[in-house]
Formats: sequence, structure tokens, C-alpha cells
Amino acid sequence: MPLLDVRDLSVVFQRKGTAPVRAVDGVSFTVEPGQTVGLVGESGCGKSVTSLAIMGLLPRRGNKVTGEVLFSDTDLLKLRPRDLRDWRGRDIGMIFQDPLSSLNPVIPLGVQVAEVLERHQGRTRQAALKQARGLLDAVGIPDPARRLKEFPHQLSGGMRQRALIAIALACKPRLLIADEPTTALDVTIQAQILTLLKELVDDSGTALVMITHDLGVVAGLCDTVNVLYAGKVVERAHRHDLFAEPRHPYTHGLLQSVPRLDADRGERLHQIRGSVSDNIPWSEGCAFAPRCDRVIDDCIGDTVPLEPTYRAGALRCTNPVPKEVPV
Amino acid sequence: MVRIISRRLIQLVVTLLALMTLVFFWLRSLPGGPVDALLGERATPQTRELLTRALGYDQPIWVQYGRFLKNVVTGNFGNSIRTGEPVTDVISRAFPATVELALAAIIIAIGLGVPLGYLAARHRGRLLDNATIIVTLIGISIPIFFLGYLLKDWLTQGVHVFPPSGRISTGLDNTDVTGFFVLDGLLTRELDASADALWHLVLPALTLATIPLAIIIRITRASVLDVLDEDYIRTADAKGLRSPTIRKRHVLRNALLPVVTIIGLQTGALLAGAVLTEKVYNWGGLGTLITDSISGGRDYPVLQALILLAAAVFVVVNLVVDLSYAVIDPRVRVR
Repeated sequence: MPLLDVRDLSVVFQRKGTAPVRAVDGVSFTVEPGQTVGLVGESGCGKSVTSLAIMGLLPRRGNKVTGEVLFSDTDLLKLRPRDLRDWRGRDIGMIFQDPLSSLNPVIPLGVQVAEVLERHQGRTRQAALKQARGLLDAVGIPDPARRLKEFPHQLSGGMRQRALIAIALACKPRLLIADEPTTALDVTIQAQILTLLKELVDDSGTALVMITHDLGVVAGLCDTVNVLYAGKVVERAHRHDLFAEPRHPYTHGLLQSVPRLDADRGERLHQIRGSVSDNIPWSEGCAFAPRCDRVIDDCIGDTVPLEPTYRAGALRCTNPVPKEVPV
Repeated sequence: MVRIISRRLIQLVVTLLALMTLVFFWLRSLPGGPVDALLGERATPQTRELLTRALGYDQPIWVQYGRFLKNVVTGNFGNSIRTGEPVTDVISRAFPATVELALAAIIIAIGLGVPLGYLAARHRGRLLDNATIIVTLIGISIPIFFLGYLLKDWLTQGVHVFPPSGRISTGLDNTDVTGFFVLDGLLTRELDASADALWHLVLPALTLATIPLAIIIRITRASVLDVLDEDYIRTADAKGLRSPTIRKRHVLRNALLPVVTIIGLQTGALLAGAVLTEKVYNWGGLGTLITDSISGGRDYPVLQALILLAAAVFVVVNLVVDLSYAVIDPRVRVR
């Protein structure tokens, strides 16, 4: 039984006087206990909204969430907001993109770690702070006893992200959702944070949903990868299959766009033409068609279904990239 | 913290010195003067000269200035030209009245403003929020003297809910300890005096509070909305913290920062508003003293002392505000 089973999740943003926006459009995927699953796509493809919808963190007004988010057989979308608060932080932890703004500037770091333990494990402030020291130590923050009393502005970006990881993992959740956890960090720090994340989830058996636009992160971390485009999953595959034989032209394009050290000097980096906004509604065919190099007549007309491929993979394409084309 | 305070105290002295100089020369550059006011238009040149000499106004202006500075430093503000009383006596009689009024007003403004602003923010875009915006706009726009007379007319003439003027009922035998009548009543166990003074305080304080109240509501609302959008509130939500915890621990403290600043800046407005409010309710505080001292004979010594006092109050209040800022926001402490 999967730990997390997202079924046909849709999020529609609605504001008075503007056309509704389908940010997430029938996304389904599963996460097994201890597994690491990637959600990949460019800005605006709906990956962050998906994670916020799973956590119930979208603003209460102005949007409509449909589908099912089954977390060990409980539909999180059906829980009352109050009750969902019991799950968040205890069973599902989350780390966010910008560690600089994700910690409260006026509260000592120790309290920010301790409060999640007080909330879910009924610890006293003293006991929670003691435990927090161990947690900060575990995420590689030097001199944790001193750091507990410090404020976020006294810590570097990398330290803050480590602290946020400590907070998210404090109650040993079964699932951790990481929404672009390294985007705001220096490249050297990025690698450290990813290594740390991998160690921590491997050691604790926590499942991880990794949301990223960085295929390098996916390659290093994920077991299964879901590629999102315009709110839908367009390709799902094992990491090895995805990198060896991308089938969807979008995935193929993304992989080609990664700079290579062995490329000739002066060779232009591949780019996917157009931008995410140049798409057609999924109801009228493949949203990627206007930007696709392999577009054929069949791509326009009906919604292209997500067809299963081998090894639990799936593909949403009428004219996929042939298997032998190397990247 | 000690460094911040000592630096601010030095700033206070410099500010007051500059202000004393300005006030001294500014008052003397105005047409007319105490001699004219005291003697009237038909005085003979002889009497005029006598009085001018007696008051020391025949000396060169810088001599007068030097003497003024020396006296101020030694705590001697001279005697009132109008009544002949020492200025310190005149002011210490009026000061508690205004402080009592201003404190009551600011307590009302903060006590109602912060919760109402918070409530409006939580009901963003809904009826309560929109009503708040409109009502506060009216609150900011309505002139103090107009509102004062309006409240007075409604609540003291038709229905005698509140006393129309004064600080305490005549004939009430209250003991004067500090000059703060509400406090005096408590100190001397004359609770009826306290209650009576409080009763007199309601309308003037409400009148004076309207503008700061409206501003505090608006600032709180905007500030809470800003904070609710912050990433760290989402983090707090992701931790599964309960709503009251998030509100108390994460939202309110951050949202209070701009509000605290505004409270400091409103001190000036409060002092100015006190002049009008005191006029309407015949309060007998600094505001009344200031208008009387200008219109009733250009009372230089009293005016000088009053303006210095107002400036000192403003600077001290803002010092307190800055210090409370440092208490709320650790980032300020480092600087």
C-alpha cells in the first residue's frame, strides 16, 4: 500500500472578474514508504501548488481543490482544517524554497524548533529545547547550544535551511515534502544540503517528495520522477529510464537543455522554444503542442491520455521520442 | 541597550538646546509683545519704558538669550507675565491634567485599535473589514472640535450620561496628591473621587482618541495582512501549530512593529489634539494654558517652557518607542 496516493488532484484558482486558472489539472502519483519521488517541471507547471494542496496550505479562499490525497488511507482533503493541523508537522514535514524568509525573524531559533515538539509530542519547553539541540546537531549545525538562543538573521542561508530541515524532521514524519529546497542557496551549499537530505531520509526511512526544476537534483536523489507540464503529469519513469531514454519531447528537451562539460565550445545550448504560457488547454489536445518539435495532427483535438509504460512508468504523448535517440 | 539609551539622551539634550534657541528668537520676532499686552494701547511711553526695563527687554537680545539659557539650565523658568506666578508652578498644575487625558486617549486607541485592526485583517474583504475601512476613514477625517461638540451635545445635554466639562465635579472634596485625579483617588482611598474623575475623562479621552485610534486600526490591519503573507507563517502552518499559537506567537509580534512606530509619531498629534479637546471640555491642562498664554498677553516665559516641555515629551516618548522596538525585534538590537 502506498504511503501517499494522490488521485486526480486539481487546483483551480478563481478570482472575481478573471478567468479561472487551472494550476494543477488532474495530477496522480504515488509515494511508497521510504521512497523518493521527484516532481519536475519549469516555473508555473504546478509543482509547488501540488505540494501546497497536499499539505492543505493553499489560501482558504480563491481556489478550488478537487481529487483525493490519500495519506495512509486518510483523505487529507476531507479533513477539517483543524484536524489537518494534527497531521502536519507530525506525519508530514515540509521544507520550503526560501530559507531566508521561512523562519520567523523575531523568535529565537530554539523556540522555532521546540514548538513543533511541544505541539505534537507534548514536550515541555525545557525538554523540547534539549531535544532541539540534538536535532540541530544532527543536521550539522555547529555549536547548537549557542544557536538555539540566536535569531535567524544571525545564521547563514545554508544554516537556516539546515534548521528548517531539523524542524521538518523533528517529529520523525513518514513523509517529507521538499519544495525546491536548494534554489535559494549557493551552489556549494546546494550539494551539502542535498547530501544531508539524502542521508537523513535514508537513515530514518522517511519518504521524500522532491520538487525541483533541477534535473541534477533528480539524478542524484530520486527513485521515480514525475515530469509536470501545464498542470499535468506528462511522463513518469524510474530515474534511470528517464535519463537514459526520455520519451516525452518535453522531457527530452529539458535533458538537452542541461549544459554539458563535454560540449564543443561555442555550441549553442539547446532551448525549448516559446514559454509555458504558449500552450493550448489540455481539453483541446496536448498543451505542449505549440512548443513541440515533434508535433503531428493527432496532437490537436482530444485530451491526450496518460498511458502506462513499462516499470510503472507512464507517458502522455501521441508521438513520443523513439527509444534509440540518444540525448 | 545602555549604549542606545545614553546616545538617545545626548540627542535629547541637543534637540532641546536647538529648540530653546529657535523658540526664544521665534517668539521675539512676532509682532506685539508682553508690554503691549499688559499695558494696552493707551499707555504712556514712560510707563512702557519702565515696564520694558523691569522685564529686562531693554537689554541686547543676546544678553537676554544668555540669561534665559542660564536660567533654564538651573531650572528657573521665571515668572508668568500674566499672573506673576512661577512658571514651574503654573505648568505643574496643568501638566498632570493633560497627561491624564493623553494617557487615557492612547490607552483607548491601542486597546481598541490593535484588536479591531487584527479582526479587520482576519475578515479581509468581508463586511466587517469594509465597514472598518469606512469608519476609520471618517475617524481620521472628522475634526476634533466638531466631534467634541457633537459628543458633548448628544451625551451631556439631551441625555445626561456624562458630565459636560471639567475634570471632576465641583464640591467633591478630593485630596490632591499627584495632580492625576484618578490616581489620587486610588492613593487616598477616595474611590468616589476616582470614579468621578474617570467619568469626566470618558468623553474628552474618546474625542482625543479618535484619530490615533483610526490610524492604529488601519496600520494594524495592513501590517497583519502583510505578515499573514509571509513565508514564516506558512512554515508555522506546516508545523501544524494551532491557530491561536500562530496568531499570538508568530503574527502579532511581527505585526506590532509598524504599530509601535506609529504610536510614537502620534504623540505629537495627541499634544496638538489636546489643545482642541481641552478647549471643548474646559479641561484646564496644557492645551488651555498654551492658548491662554498666546492670546492673553504673549506670556514668553510660560510659552517657552511649554514648548520645551512638549518637545521633551515627544522625544522621550519616541525614545521609549525605539527601545520597545528593540525589545520586539532582535534585528534592531544588533545595530
